[in-house]
Amino acid sequence: MNRLLVCPPDHFKIAYEINSWMHVEVAADQALARVQWDTLMAVLEKDCGAKLERMAPAREVPDMVFTANAAAMSRRTAILSRFRFAERQPEEAYFERWFLEHGFTVEKLPEGMFFEGAGDLLGFDSLKIGGYRQRTDIRAYQHVCRMIDCEIIPVELIDPRFYHLDTCFCPLAGGEVMWFPPAFDEYGQEAIRHRLPESKRIEVPEDEAYRFACNAVSIGAHVVLPEGCPITMGMLAAHGYIPHAVGLSEFLKAGGAAKCLTLALD
Amino acid sequence: MVRETILLHGHIVDSLLLPKVLDVILQFGGTFELAAIQIGKTRKDLSSARITVQADSAERLAQIINEVQAHGAVVEEETDCRCASAPRDGVFPEDFYATTHLSTEVRLSGRWVPVGGIEMDLGVRVDCDGPYVYQASTVPMAEVNQGDQIVVGHEGVRVVPYERPATLDVFGFMASPVSSERPHRHTIADIARRMDALRSASGKVLFAGGPAIVHGGGRDPLAWLIESGFIRVLFSGNALAAHDMEAHLYGTSLGFGLESGRTAHHGHEHHLRTINRVRAIGSIEEAVRSGVITTGIMAACVRRGVQIVMAGTIRDDGPLPGVITDSIKAQAAMRAAVPGVGLALLVASTLHAVATGNLLPASVPTVCVDINPAVPTKLADRGSFQAVSLVMDAASFLRELAAELGWKK
Repeated sequence: MNRLLVCPPDHFKIAYEINSWMHVEVAADQALARVQWDTLMAVLEKDCGAKLERMAPAREVPDMVFTANAAAMSRRTAILSRFRFAERQPEEAYFERWFLEHGFTVEKLPEGMFFEGAGDLLGFDSLKIGGYRQRTDIRAYQHVCRMIDCEIIPVELIDPRFYHLDTCFCPLAGGEVMWFPPAFDEYGQEAIRHRLPESKRIEVPEDEAYRFACNAVSIGAHVVLPEGCPITMGMLAAHGYIPHAVGLSEFLKAGGAAKCLTLALD
Repeated sequence: MVRETILLHGHIVDSLLLPKVLDVILQFGGTFELAAIQIGKTRKDLSSARITVQADSAERLAQIINEVQAHGAVVEEETDCRCASAPRDGVFPEDFYATTHLSTEVRLSGRWVPVGGIEMDLGVRVDCDGPYVYQASTVPMAEVNQGDQIVVGHEGVRVVPYERPATLDVFGFMASPVSSERPHRHTIADIARRMDALRSASGKVLFAGGPAIVHGGGRDPLAWLIESGFIRVLFSGNALAAHDMEAHLYGTSLGFGLESGRTAHHGHEHHLRTINRVRAIGSIEEAVRSGVITTGIMAACVRRGVQIVMAGTIRDDGPLPGVITDSIKAQAAMRAAVPGVGLALLVASTLHAVATGNLLPASVPTVCVDINPAVPTKLADRGSFQAVSLVMDAASFLRELAAELGWKK
C-alpha cells in the first residue's frame, strides 16, 4: 500500500459543479492548492515512506488531481472507472494510457455502467465495500467482483455530501475502519456492523466527518488526514496509529481531500 | 392487480440488499412473492433472487420498479410462450407445459393472456381467433386433437401467486395441518356462514360424498341441506345414491336397519333390489317423480333440480341409471359442473374427494371431511393445498352443519 499514483494540481480549479461541495463562485486558491498538495506529498513520501508515481496533468481535466477515481486496483489490473458526469469522462483516456504505459492490465466495464474506482470501492483483501447510488451503479459490482474474485458488499450512500464511499469510510492497514454511519442507509450500516466487529470500527464525529476525516491515506502505521480533526486523530492514536494532519482546504472546495488525491497501486 | 418479475443478483445477502428491496416493495404499497432464490455457497459466490412484484395499479408498479432498479434489480426479460402441434389425438407434444390449479397466464405476441378453465395436470391450448387475437385454455390429455397448438416449456408462462382470501374465517387461514385433535365447532360455523352467504347470492356449493354418509346417519341432515337450497351440485358414485334410496325403500343401508341397528333378514340384497327397481323405472328422476322414492338425498336433489354427476367404479353393482361408467366421460361431466362453484365440500369419500379436488382451481374454498386423516393428507399431497381439513365422522359433521343453518331434528 505504499506506491501511490498522484497528479500535480497544475490545472486544478473549480470549473463546474458536480457535487454539493463545489461552487464555481468559491474558487480554489491555486497557489495555496499547490502548497497544500506539495505538503501532502512530502508527508506521504518522507514521513510515511510512500513511493509516488506522478502522472502528467492535463488542462482539460481539472479534477484529474483526484486520482483515487481513476480505477479500482487488483494486483497488476486496473478496472478503469466510467465516470457518471460528462465533465470527468475525458479523464478515463488519460488514466487508461498511464496504466498501459506502466505495465498494468486494463479492464473495462460495459459502456454506460458507471463506476468510480477506488472512490467507491474500498476494503481489505477478501472483503470489499462498494458505495452505490450517487456515483457508481450497483450493477457494476456484479462485474467487478468477478474480475477481482472478491466479495463486494454494496452499500447505499444517502447523503449528497458523502457522494463517494471514500468520503465516509476508510479501511486502515491494521484491519480497522474509520467511518461515518449516517452517510449510509440503515441496511448499509447494519451490513458493515455485521462484518466488522465493534473493536474494528472507529466512528468519526459529525463535524470532523464534514471536514473529510475519513478521506485519509493509510500507509502502515501512518494515517494522513485533513487538518481540523483532533478527535479522530486521538482515536487513531489510541488504536496505535501515527496520524498526520495536512491542510487541504482548497481541495475540500472540490469535495476531495487526502485520499481522493492518491490511488494506491499495490 | 398488475405484476412484473424482477431479478436481483450479486452479494445480496450479507449486504442486506435482498431484504432492502423487499422492504422497498412493501413501503411503496406493493406486495411480492419470492419466486426463486439461490444463495452462493461461499461468501465470494454471488446469490440471486427472482421476485414477482404486484401492485394495484400500473402507475404504482412502475414507481416500485423504478425504485428497486436503483438497488440493482432488473426486470426479467419477457418472451412469448412457445407452442407445438399435438402429434396425434389424445397426445400432447413432448415438453408440454403441465398446469397447476393456480391462475395462469401465457404471453402471446407480447401480451399476457389468461388461461381459461384452470385445473391442475392439464395442458394449455392456444387458439388464434384472428391476427393477434388469441385465447388460451386448459385441455385434458384425452381431449387434445392432432394439430392443436399446445404450450411447451416454461418460458412465457406465469403462474399468478395464490392470494389468501381477505376473510377472517377458516378459509383465510388455509393450510392448517391435518389433525383430529382440534375443535371443529368454529370451522363448521364458518362453513355454515359461507353456505348461507352463497345461497343468498345464488352461488354454487358443490358436495362430493360417499356412502358412509348414509351408513353413519348423515342422510337426513344432508337431505335437509339440499332441500333448503344450500347445495347445487352433487358428485358421488353409485353407492351413495343406491344406499340412500335403499334407506327409503327398506329402511336399511347395506342391509343394516338404520333405526333398529340390526342386520335385516336378507338385508344384503336390499341395495341390489333397490338398484334393480330404479333400473326398471329407467332413472332416478323418474323414480322420484313417480313417487317411488320420496325421502332422502336423491329425492331432495331431484326436487330441487340439483345437478348430479355420478361416476362409476369397477366394483359397482348395477349400476344405477345415470352412473357414468366411462371414467373419461365422468371426468368431463364433473369438469363441466365446476365453473361457478364457490365452495366445495368433500365428505367421506377418498376417490371422489381427490378427483374433485384435482378439478378445482386453488381459488375455490374447499373443505375435506373424513374420519380417516389419510384422506385430507392425500388431497393435500395431490396439490389441493387450499383445502380446509376436518378429521371427523361424516354424519356428525353434517348434523352440526345443518344445525348451524337451522335444521331441527
